[in-house]
Amino acid sequence: MSKLFHHRMLRSNTGRNVLAGALLMSALAACSSGGSTPAVGAGAGGTYGFAQAAQNSSAPITVWVDSDRAAAVAAFTKANPGVAVKVVTYDGSANGSNSFKTKIGLLDRAGQGWPDVVFSTQNNDAAWASQKTNGKAAFGAVLDQGLIPPGVLGGFTKGALDPCTVSGHVYCLRNDLAQNVLWFDKTLMTKFGYTLPTSWEDYQTLSAKVAQEHPGYLTGGVGDAWTPEVFMWASQCGANQVTGPRAVTIEATGPNCQRAAKLIDAGVANKTLSTVSVFSPGFVKQYAGKVLMMPGPAWFAGAVFNNPSALKLPAGQLGVAAPLAWSGAQPVTGDVGGGTWFISSHSKNLAAASKFAQFVTTSDDYQVDLAPGYPAFGAAAAKWISKQESSKYYATSLQPIIDAGGQIWSGWGSPEFSQEAVWAKTMTPLVNSGQSIAANLQKWQDALKNQAQVTGYTVK
Amino acid sequence: MSDLRTAATGLGARGGRAPRPRSSLMPAWPGVLFVTPYVVLMIVFGIAPAAYAIVLSVSKADGGFAGLANLKRVTGDFRFVPALQHVALYIGIWLVAMIVLVVLLALMVHQVRRRWARTSVRFVYYVPGALAGASSVLLWLFMLDPAASPIGFVLRWLGFSSFAQTIAPSHLPVILAVIAFWTGAGGWIVVMYGALNNISGDLLEAARIDGAGAVQIAIHIQLPLLRKWIAYMSVLSIAAGTQLFVEPTLLSQASNAIVPNDYSLNQLAYQYAFTLNDLNGSAAISVLLLIVTALASAVFVTRGGLFDTEPTS
Repeated sequence: MSKLFHHRMLRSNTGRNVLAGALLMSALAACSSGGSTPAVGAGAGGTYGFAQAAQNSSAPITVWVDSDRAAAVAAFTKANPGVAVKVVTYDGSANGSNSFKTKIGLLDRAGQGWPDVVFSTQNNDAAWASQKTNGKAAFGAVLDQGLIPPGVLGGFTKGALDPCTVSGHVYCLRNDLAQNVLWFDKTLMTKFGYTLPTSWEDYQTLSAKVAQEHPGYLTGGVGDAWTPEVFMWASQCGANQVTGPRAVTIEATGPNCQRAAKLIDAGVANKTLSTVSVFSPGFVKQYAGKVLMMPGPAWFAGAVFNNPSALKLPAGQLGVAAPLAWSGAQPVTGDVGGGTWFISSHSKNLAAASKFAQFVTTSDDYQVDLAPGYPAFGAAAAKWISKQESSKYYATSLQPIIDAGGQIWSGWGSPEFSQEAVWAKTMTPLVNSGQSIAANLQKWQDALKNQAQVTGYTVK
Repeated sequence: MSDLRTAATGLGARGGRAPRPRSSLMPAWPGVLFVTPYVVLMIVFGIAPAAYAIVLSVSKADGGFAGLANLKRVTGDFRFVPALQHVALYIGIWLVAMIVLVVLLALMVHQVRRRWARTSVRFVYYVPGALAGASSVLLWLFMLDPAASPIGFVLRWLGFSSFAQTIAPSHLPVILAVIAFWTGAGGWIVVMYGALNNISGDLLEAARIDGAGAVQIAIHIQLPLLRKWIAYMSVLSIAAGTQLFVEPTLLSQASNAIVPNDYSLNQLAYQYAFTLNDLNGSAAISVLLLIVTALASAVFVTRGGLFDTEPTS
């Protein structure tokens, strides 16, 4: 269940902060001038680009993980019995609880007690963890100034560290990726005699056909908060363009947003898109065995299809295809979540914290053997996929998942506020009351701008 | 309050020049003893935090004096007015339901002649209130989902086919009022019943002899004598209602944020403190709530004669 919860929550959006060289330089300057005089760094590495606490290479490290990631800690202690690790299990900031930020805010006020490494189910925590708050040092240690070797950082799938990157610097390591692909029931597709769509236009045409010929069958869902990350992101809608640590450009009414909104409206109207959450008991009751296709994140396989408490799709039926593309546009996709690991800038044992963070994100012992989600680290991802394929559950090759990992559109950012929360609050009630999304994009844009503003962003 | 007054009189008498006879001085000490723990706890957990909140609400993040800037900022927030409307609507519905239904039900239970029936009805009313706040809301999460609810047919008859439709924003004040009534009313029915029992039998007997029926007795004798209790219930309900937090927070998490996490004023204060790291803004909302609650309570206290002293005869 916790796996479900990890994925259900208000994950915010991944994306990239594409940065000009000039900005990068000013950020570097800001980094080195912030904070008090650096203490002597661990080892000969120097300062890692931030003010450190006095280091003690034998100090135990405290790590905060959710219950799913407890296995990662166990794997680490097994492989590194010499490092003392204190585990604190928390909710992983899941389901919109925001507990990571809340707890760090309180510890900042107390001025002590910070954990050394934190796992978060969210992928937008770098937006605040990279920033000073109320004059206190940023919680997240900058990782690309020597704390994590460049070789390790370079091993992550292209774009995987974008949600961790603020002003050109990396503040967290990605645990898993949640790129969207097209899931489908191969048995049903063959039975109905349909060909798999490759573009959103074909998808919409086929959905209309399904509504006519096989009413009651689904080709997707819009009942969850991550709907904009599946449909709007893949359509390159400019609703979430993070242009700086505190600047965002929101254009949610343009043609790219319109086409995706119209696609949603059509699907809701002909009932091929479910308006109930894929995790609700009603969804399972109504649609088990009736999901023909479903654009959605990589983790749908385990959480929605091959899950005894969800759709319970038998082995040999589930297929996966490349994410749909709009014709004439480059094939891009969005993603829905993907956890992150942070190292505390207050850590008294940065060497051990760094070792831990590298282990849990890159080692086969955890990422291939135990991890439930698609690893963000490239080498582990390939092995993880072949392990999944060897389970014989899937009806097709899983290569489209690997390909989609590198196709996540970089124009959708990871701001501090939750895109999903704004969608759920503003647009989901419209969907549920049968109103048009396309006709209400202005409402969405206004809500996003308001939310960005109160979160302290300069909004364009 | 009357305890405090007694205590003060006792202390005053002790320091006075012409001490009263010992016998009238003695009862003051137990009074002081009884009231001291309460006063200490009230200062530590009630007055001191409130004072801290007031100081925070007029301070800047770095400690300087901010005047009304924090207040202006939070009231200018686009979420403030909707949150205020949500809470006001909810309290309006809930308070009316409480006053009307609780009194009505208490009067009805009081009319039940058989002792065992009366006791069991009172017990049944009380049971939901025995569930702690958050767990009773969790129960309601299931009640409100047509696919899982034992009253799913009612929800479907009302036109709701999914949880998301049941908890549509416009339904929330009613839903929250129903949840609050369900968890809170039972306790108050028992309290009102106790108050009804306090009404002298002679009085009711006299009314009956004069030819008054049950309805007339209720309107002309029982209700006026319940006035204080109704005022008391209203004051506490307003205080609890303005602090609406647990219900929308749990609904928000369960609905994946269709119910926003800034639905009520208290939630907005929480967002300010822990999402925006703005404790001063958060305190400003708390102080606003304090003022509004104090004013509303003052109305009920004065109109309900809550602190009127009993005639000593």
